[in-house]
Amino acid sequence: MQQLIRFATDYVGYVLKGGAKFYAWMGSLAVLIACMLYVFYLQNTEGLIVTGMTSQIHDGLYFANLVFLVGVAAGAVTIVFPAYVYHHEGMHKVSVLGEMLAITAVIMVMVFVFAHMGRPDRLWHMIPPWGIYSFSAMLGWDVLVLNGYLILNFICGFYYLWCKYTGNPINKKWFIPLVYVAIVWALSIHTVTAFLISTMPSRPMWHHSMMPIRFICTAFAAGPALIILIFMIIRKNTRFWIDDSAIKLLSTIVTWCLGIAIFLTLSEVVVELYARTEHANGLYYLMFGLHGLTGLVPWFWSAVVLMIGAFILFLTPAVRNDVKRLPIPCAMAFAGIWIEKGMGLIVPGFIPTPIGEVTEYHPTFVEWLMMLGIWAFGFFILTILLKGAIGILLGDIKFGGQAATAK
Amino acid sequence: MGYALNIRKCIGCRRCVHACVAENNQSRGTRPGEKIEWIQVLRMERGMFETEKLDHGYPEGLGIQVGGNAYTPAGQVLEGQFHYNPEAVPEKDATYMPIACMQCEKPPCVKVCPVRTTYREGDGPVVIDYNWCIGCRMCMGACPYWARRINVTTPVLPKAEMNPVTHYLGNRPRMRGVVEKCHWCLQRTRQGRYPACVEVCPVGARKFGNLLDPESEVSKILERKNVFRLKAELNTFPKFFYFYD
Repeated sequence: MQQLIRFATDYVGYVLKGGAKFYAWMGSLAVLIACMLYVFYLQNTEGLIVTGMTSQIHDGLYFANLVFLVGVAAGAVTIVFPAYVYHHEGMHKVSVLGEMLAITAVIMVMVFVFAHMGRPDRLWHMIPPWGIYSFSAMLGWDVLVLNGYLILNFICGFYYLWCKYTGNPINKKWFIPLVYVAIVWALSIHTVTAFLISTMPSRPMWHHSMMPIRFICTAFAAGPALIILIFMIIRKNTRFWIDDSAIKLLSTIVTWCLGIAIFLTLSEVVVELYARTEHANGLYYLMFGLHGLTGLVPWFWSAVVLMIGAFILFLTPAVRNDVKRLPIPCAMAFAGIWIEKGMGLIVPGFIPTPIGEVTEYHPTFVEWLMMLGIWAFGFFILTILLKGAIGILLGDIKFGGQAATAK
Repeated sequence: MGYALNIRKCIGCRRCVHACVAENNQSRGTRPGEKIEWIQVLRMERGMFETEKLDHGYPEGLGIQVGGNAYTPAGQVLEGQFHYNPEAVPEKDATYMPIACMQCEKPPCVKVCPVRTTYREGDGPVVIDYNWCIGCRMCMGACPYWARRINVTTPVLPKAEMNPVTHYLGNRPRMRGVVEKCHWCLQRTRQGRYPACVEVCPVGARKFGNLLDPESEVSKILERKNVFRLKAELNTFPKFFYFYD
């Protein structure tokens, strides 16, 4: 018990200490978080009218980010899987960082759920014994698997750190099976999220069985792309060294998942536009506009350019073998998938409505600020988690060690 | 309970829409999203097969011929304009199809509700407990008839205009952030009265009654008329039937 308290105090003490750069970063994030809290207050006093959402298009930017971030959470498995199944040395060193990213992404998803709801004050209605849990609802399953994933990653990540901290050996008897469960669980969270929208025949654009695999491909491209970017920042700003081999393997995963994702998108375009039934109206709106409304057309084509451009860059030896240039296609892939799988997937599902009404959705300033604030909140948590984890991995925080100081 | 609507008789006057708003305490308001109407009357252009166009085909795509009358609508489709404002109804070149909640036997909205706040009542209608709704809007996505509305803000309902005869699962004033829809005027129909839309319809296009009673108007229509349901291929099995004489 005493050890646990020491762990907590050492951890917090280490995380709180930092240079001017650290405080400036955390401070600016805190400002955005404060803005987010204000617009959250606004949304829950005025109502969703302060957003661009209507009865026609009732899922927007929040839902788009939610779907995307479930993918980022699942994407963390691209570190854990090679580390524990293929015993990849470079990955094994950093697998706990992937778990920290997963924890962060799931928490962000939950905050986006709060932002999305009409009545966030009533979310306890979903939780038994006070509320009613419905096994027939995909949203119920989504809540279940997301919370499960959060707990699994929390246990795996912090148990590992705890062992490093105390110097005790890891009890592999339960730890390794739990890691395997977490790996499969990662697939489940994104599959269920895909089912959330693909099980609605009322929305023909989403109603196809390709959705789960497409979600997982884009997740395993966007997730590791973000991880590579984070690894670059860690290498630059801390003494912790991440092996080139880990980054290389991740970039290979990004490349091919991105390739498959592009292929799946093209397949959808051909299937839908060849016959060009009314069920293809959503996709047509996304690509070219419908009845003169073209709000998403620039989004779609910029996503296409970003994704295909990133794929070509990833395949170019001069880029993929140069760790300095690698962040460029990673950022491109990340941004492209954020558009394609977020706004580019969610919004056209509602255009036209089931009765054929074509309306447009424009996120309001409130929504953009909320989104920025939640991302800032995510980076805030991620910074804390990664800093603590790196401190332990470096041996700066150790049981019985000196009061630790970060660089 | 069952509902039948004679689409040949409907003249598109939208009295049902306004009666529904008044009866069921829907939000009035002027800001976008504040005005809520459960019934939509879709105005559809009367499709015409123009004879002069018949031999005016044109190549589309890779030289495949498309007939001159392609891409022009004909007949009843669940796709029309409900924002229409003519001098007088019925218009010559239009037909009308009113829609609202279909009170499905197998409602997709009920299946996706994570808190089971929306469910089928024993006597037929699908209802919502507004106090239990979390506003997740999954039901709105699942509904193939666009029957549900979200209260994006506190409903605008002037005191003087409120209908004081209410039902907990029906027309009581709603709060901000919850979903609402047609419930076949539970406050009336449970007392043996017709829904407001049936009562107000000037041409008698709307019929409502007890499906258990073989002598009721609705049962007779189901027995004798050509009846169809909207989007029957989705297996939602509406209890709202369309028919024509």
